[in-house]
Order: sequence, then structure tokens, then C-alpha cells
Amino acid sequence: MESIVCIKQVPDTSEVKIDPVTNTLIRHGVPSIINPFDKNALEAAVQLKEIHGGTVTVLTMGPPQAVEALRECLSLGADKAYLVSDRAFSGADTLATSYTLAAAIRRIGKFDLIFCGKQAIDGDTAQVGPEIAEFLDVPQVTFVSKILVKQDNIQVEKEQDDGYEVIEVELPALLAVVKSINIPRYPSIKSKMAARKVEIETITAEDLDIDNGRLGLGGSATQVKKIFSPKKRSSGTMIQLDNDKEAALELFERILENSVFSM
Amino acid sequence: MDFLLTEVQMELMEMVKDFGEKEIDPIALEYDHKGEFPIKIYKKAFEMGLHTLEYPEKFGGSGVNAVTATVVNEELGKHDAGFATSVSAVGLAAKPVLIAGTDNQKKLFADLTIHGAFAAFCLTEPNAGSDAGSVKTTAKKVGNEYILNGRKCFITNGGVSNVYTVIATTDSSKGVKGLSAFLVERDREGVSVGKEEDKMGIRLSNTTDVIFEDVRIPETHLLGNEGDGFKIAMVTLDYSRPNVAACSVGICQAAIDHCVKYAKERTTFGKPIATLQAIQFMLADMEISTETARQYTRYAASLVDAKKPVSKAAAIAKCFAGDAAMKVSTDAVQILAGYGYSREYPVEKLMRDAKIFQIFEGTNQIQRLVIAGQMLR
Ligand SMILES: Cc1cc2nc3c(=O)[nH]c(=O)nc-3n(C[C@H](O)[C@H](O)[C@H](O)COP(=O)(O)OP(=O)(O)OC[C@H]3O[C@@H](n4cnc5c(N)ncnc54)[C@H](O)[C@@H]3O)c2cc1C
Ligand SMILES: Cc1cc2nc3c(=O)[nH]c(=O)nc-3n(C[C@H](O)[C@H](O)[C@H](O)COP(=O)(O)OP(=O)(O)OC[C@H]3O[C@@H](n4cnc5c(N)ncnc54)[C@H](O)[C@@H]3O)c2cc1C
Repeated sequence: MESIVCIKQVPDTSEVKIDPVTNTLIRHGVPSIINPFDKNALEAAVQLKEIHGGTVTVLTMGPPQAVEALRECLSLGADKAYLVSDRAFSGADTLATSYTLAAAIRRIGKFDLIFCGKQAIDGDTAQVGPEIAEFLDVPQVTFVSKILVKQDNIQVEKEQDDGYEVIEVELPALLAVVKSINIPRYPSIKSKMAARKVEIETITAEDLDIDNGRLGLGGSATQVKKIFSPKKRSSGTMIQLDNDKEAALELFERILENSVFSM
Repeated sequence: MDFLLTEVQMELMEMVKDFGEKEIDPIALEYDHKGEFPIKIYKKAFEMGLHTLEYPEKFGGSGVNAVTATVVNEELGKHDAGFATSVSAVGLAAKPVLIAGTDNQKKLFADLTIHGAFAAFCLTEPNAGSDAGSVKTTAKKVGNEYILNGRKCFITNGGVSNVYTVIATTDSSKGVKGLSAFLVERDREGVSVGKEEDKMGIRLSNTTDVIFEDVRIPETHLLGNEGDGFKIAMVTLDYSRPNVAACSVGICQAAIDHCVKYAKERTTFGKPIATLQAIQFMLADMEISTETARQYTRYAASLVDAKKPVSKAAAIAKCFAGDAAMKVSTDAVQILAGYGYSREYPVEKLMRDAKIFQIFEGTNQIQRLVIAGQMLR
């Protein structure tokens, strides 16, 4: 099983802070981590490798310091790592990002599965995975919570609000995984040491067979006009009484008291 | 020695910190109160290779040097000293094998532990604590076997181990010169686990009696030669004391971290207690003890790495860091005052955990004997 895992380095905070003047992310002083869902994606790929053999390759598009994230992936079971990095890629939206990543994957070579996280915790669009699949013209399943390798295809469970769908997919394919698929392992002392010795290759625009007009900010179909933090709303009041009828009456009283409606 | 940690050491410290924050911190207080053994979390630590830190890579261990081991043990100790004690007691048990064992014995010990199992070092007996030389457990040679009889007590990991390294007498007429060291697998007939201690502190670790009744082991399980046992035990303790000291430093750091945070938040008479000089001086004294203990501990470990005489330095590190942990954790309770004394807050646990570091692996009185002995040679 040849797997490629797309990972994104993100700021370690669930509450992204935004500079109110420039409308950009305040990254200064915020430590970077691997997007948590991408760790699940990597773990899924590594588990498949441990059962069925093959190799796991990790791939990220980002600034040079993203090698730290790749290095961590190597200590978590990945065999090879590529950094896709070039000034020409900066300012990319999801379309330009997935265009570039798809080209990088073509360059890396043959694969059976591409793994992505469900979404990135900073950008949150959940678009990059599906777009890569479209560019590479392979089937995709999102919200994957379980993978079963069969004779000549795979069977996956796709998480839904009220259960899951069971889907059979031909290989090669792209899977975007959810958190419940596994618990990512910790690195070991030995795997940490070994990861330090692996060479990480950088892929630049020159290395790819691509249309330069489709890269980075210039190649982006969308442009962020403004980023803002929504105003904090005060939380509502819960009326909890044993009896529904009493609760309804209480609610009615309060509505009247606060003159929500004029009568 | 380089006084600064290497990039690798810092990376490993970060790795253990991440593990400690995610796995140990959330459960430590509850398991401490219940006196339970978090086996699942131990298994994760084993997968990371934290139990075989100094075991050579050649035999499947993590193969880090002594200084790196103290860095890892300090970080583990910061999250829970009992957890750190149980994990590093596997390393303690391994030391007699690494000091005196053949490659076959090293491989045997590795096969029994590396995949993720505990081991224990069995020296202490009901009548042989500080006076370790008066061990009464016997090992009688019969044909090409030894037959072990005796009772060990206060054995860390006693009830959970796959393998023991045991000090027993092969010739009681020779006193300490008649002691020998052995490898004994848990599943040998006649090996049993006695009472489990209900302890004041390090309650996430397991401490029990271990009993040997006509236990037959092949002669190939003798480590070194007959009569080497006491020497092997003493070198084992010399090498292991920096790790015990490191764990004490971890307790100190945990105490300081709680206090610094609390002192900034807690206000009395209209201002945070951190602005009071009385508190600042206590914090400064805690920091002085902790930093000094930390640096000296790493120095002692660097002597191990440099294969230089280490007895005195190891004893100083163990003694100074153990005393520091007791003092610093006591002061931490003082700074948090009523909240410090409450079992709802973690600092009273630190004080209970700290006490053992003045007792095991040689009491701090015995450390002073070792230090003075070296000085007066
Ligand atoms: C604060 C902020 C400002 C932004 N500003 C702009 C802007 O000015 N102009 C603009 O066009 N776009 C902008 N973006 C969007 C940016 O391009 C996206 O972050 C990026 O394309 C990935 O989309 P996403 O974060 O929503 O990832 P998702 O689509 O949610 O990610 C899904 C999965 O795709 C994979 N993946 C995502 N990104 C990568 C990557 N780089 N390398 C490898 N795998 C990856 C991972 O497996 C991930 O789990 C901004 C994003 C943020 C957070
Ligand atoms: C939680 C725990 C875990 C342990 N784990 C292990 C283990 O894994 N393996 C193992 O072999 N042992 C272990 N021990 C045993 C430990 O090492 C002994 O308890 C310790 O060495 C002290 O022995 P003792 O308790 O018999 O005290 P004693 O030797 O009876 O000492 C009593 C007091 O007298 C003092 N004293 C004794 N002799 C002198 C002297 N000559 N000069 C000055 N003062 C003296 C001591 O300092 C102490 O204050 C453990 C103990 C505990 C409590």
C-alpha cells in the first residue's frame, strides 16, 4: 500500500487571533503544530502500512519552517517527506493550494491512497482534500472513520450526523479522515532519533509541470477581503424545570417581564 | 561536559512533556487518591521506549546516555513522581545486567522487557535496608542450577514485573563477599508476590514484597561471578542515583510552577501575594535549590557518561535533590496555604511524593556516609 499524507502546519490555538488593523493572522508567539486531523490521517496510513506493507510519504505546502512538522511526521511512522515551498506559492487559496499539491503528488509518483484531514483548524474550509482528488481525477470519500482493505478495493465508513455510510472505493483514491478514526501514537525515542537522519526534499515551482498563472495569490480564484472576530454574544438563559408546562409558563412570564412583545 | 542541553535532549524533553500533559496530568490526582496503577498509560510510555532509556540500541533499547536519561526522568517526575519511579525502576533493574551480564543475559533481559514490560531490582529485605550487606536470601548451587529462598520487601514494580534482578547470598560465611546477583523470571515456579504497600506518596507506583521459595534458575542466570553481588549492587545504585535525583528535580519544578502561577493570581490585602517580598524570597530560595539540584544532577550523570568515578557525585546529587524536593514542596504548601493543604489541589501530593526521595536507593543519611567515606579515604 503506497500512501501519501497531506499535512498542514497550523497555529496551536483553537481561537485564532486576528490583527484588527491588517486583518491578518497574528502568528507571532503562537507555536505551530500539525493540524490535529492530519495526525489522524497519518496514523491511519501508518496503520495500513503496518498491516499491508508499503510506504508512507508525507507532503506539506508551506514556508521553510514547516519541515519541523514533516520531521514530526517522520517520527510518527512516515518513511519519506516532501516540503512544497516557493515564494510563488504564497497567498494561495484552496484552489491554488490543491492545484499545487496535486502537481506535487504527480511528481512524487505512484500511490494507492492519498490521506487528508477532515479540515484544517485554521482555514477550516475542508476544500483542499476534495479539490486534490478532482485535480488528480481519483474518487474521494470525506469524513472517513474506518478503513477496511478488501481483495481489490477498500471499504470505508463515512461518518454522518446520525450514523455512518459504508462505501466501497476503487484505488487509487483520496480519503479525508475524522478524529474518531484512531488515536495517534506518540513518537518513541528511537523513532525521534531516526527521523533526524531522514533527508527532506523541497519541491519548488520549477520542479513541477504546472501553469505558473495558477499559483499563489495570482492563481487564486478567491481573495480574502476581511477577517474579523464575531462579536461576543451573551449566552442565553436556560429555564430548567421538572415540568414542561411550568417551564412554558415561566418562559411566558419572562417574555412579558422583558417586554419582548408589546401587548 | 557541555552545560547546555543538546537539540536532541530538548526535543526528547518536549516529547515527554507532551505525553505528560496529555496522559499523566489528567489522571495523576485521581489515581493517587485511589492508589491505583495506570497500566494503560505505562504501556504507552513503554511504546515510547521510556523504560529502556539507557539500554543499548543493539539490544533494542533506546540507547540514550545518562545525561539524556536525567532530562527525560526530570520531565516525567514533574508530571508524577510515582509514574517516573516505576518507569525508571525498569532501568534500575537493568543496571546489574548491563554492568555484569553477558550478551546472552542482556538479550534475555531485553526480550523480557523491551516489548513493554516491567522489571524490578530486589535488594532490600526486612532486615537488610540501609545495611544492604546483610541480605539473607540464599542461592544454593545444586548441579547446574541455583535454588533461591528468601523474602524481599519494598520492591518497586514487585507485583507487576516480568523479570527481577536479585541479590542473594551464595556463601553466608563470607558476608558481603558472599553475595551474588541473579536474573529471575517472574514465571519461575516458587516466585510469588507478597503484600502491597499502601504508601504515603508515589502512589502511582507499585511496591510489594517478592518471595522466593525453592525457585530453580539455571546457573547461566548468575550475573558476573559468585561473590560479585554486593559490588554490582553498589555500582547499580551509583549509576541510578542521578535518575532518582532527576525525578526529585521534577517534583521541585512542578512545585515552583504551581506557586508562580498561584502567587500572581491570589490577592490578599488588595494585591497579589507575588508582590510580597516574603513570598518572593521563598520563591527565589525554591529556585536556587532546584536549579542547583538540576545542574549537579546532570553533572553527576555526565560522570557516568565519561566513565569517571561517580559514587560521591551520585550521592551528592541524590541527597541534595531529595532534600531540595522535600523543602521546596513543603514551601509550596506554605505559599498555597489552606489550598496547599487541601487534597483538591496538587501541591500536598508533591509534598507526600517528595518524602520517599530522602529514603529509597539509600537514605539521605546513607548518602552522607558515602560522601564522607569518599572524603576520608
Ligand atoms: C487566516 C487565514 C488567512 C488566509 N488568507 C488567504 C488569502 O489571503 N487568500 C487566499 O486565497 N486564501 C487565504 N487563506 C486560505 C488558505 O489558502 C488555506 O488555509 C489553505 O488553502 C488550506 O485551506 P484550509 O486551511 O481551509 O484547509 P482544509 O481544506 O480545511 O484542509 C483539509 C486538508 O487538506 C490538507 N491540506 C490543507 N492545506 C494543506 C497544505 N498547505 N499542505 C498540505 N496539505 C494541506 C490537509 O490534509 C487538511 O487536513 C487564508 C487562511 C487563513 C487561515
Ligand atoms: C516506596 C519504596 C520503594 C522502594 N523500592 C525499592 C526497590 O525497588 N528495590 C529495593 O531493593 N529496595 C527498595 N526500597 C527499599 C529502600 O531502599 C529502603 O527502605 C532504604 O534503603 C532504607 O532501608 P530501611 O527502610 O530498612 O531503613 P533502615 O535501614 O532500618 O533505617 C532506619 C533509619 O536509620 C538510619 N540509619 C540506618 N543506618 C544508619 C547509619 N549507619 N548511619 C546513619 N543512619 C543510619 C536510616 O537513615 C533511617 O533513617 C524501597 C522503599 C520504599 C519505601
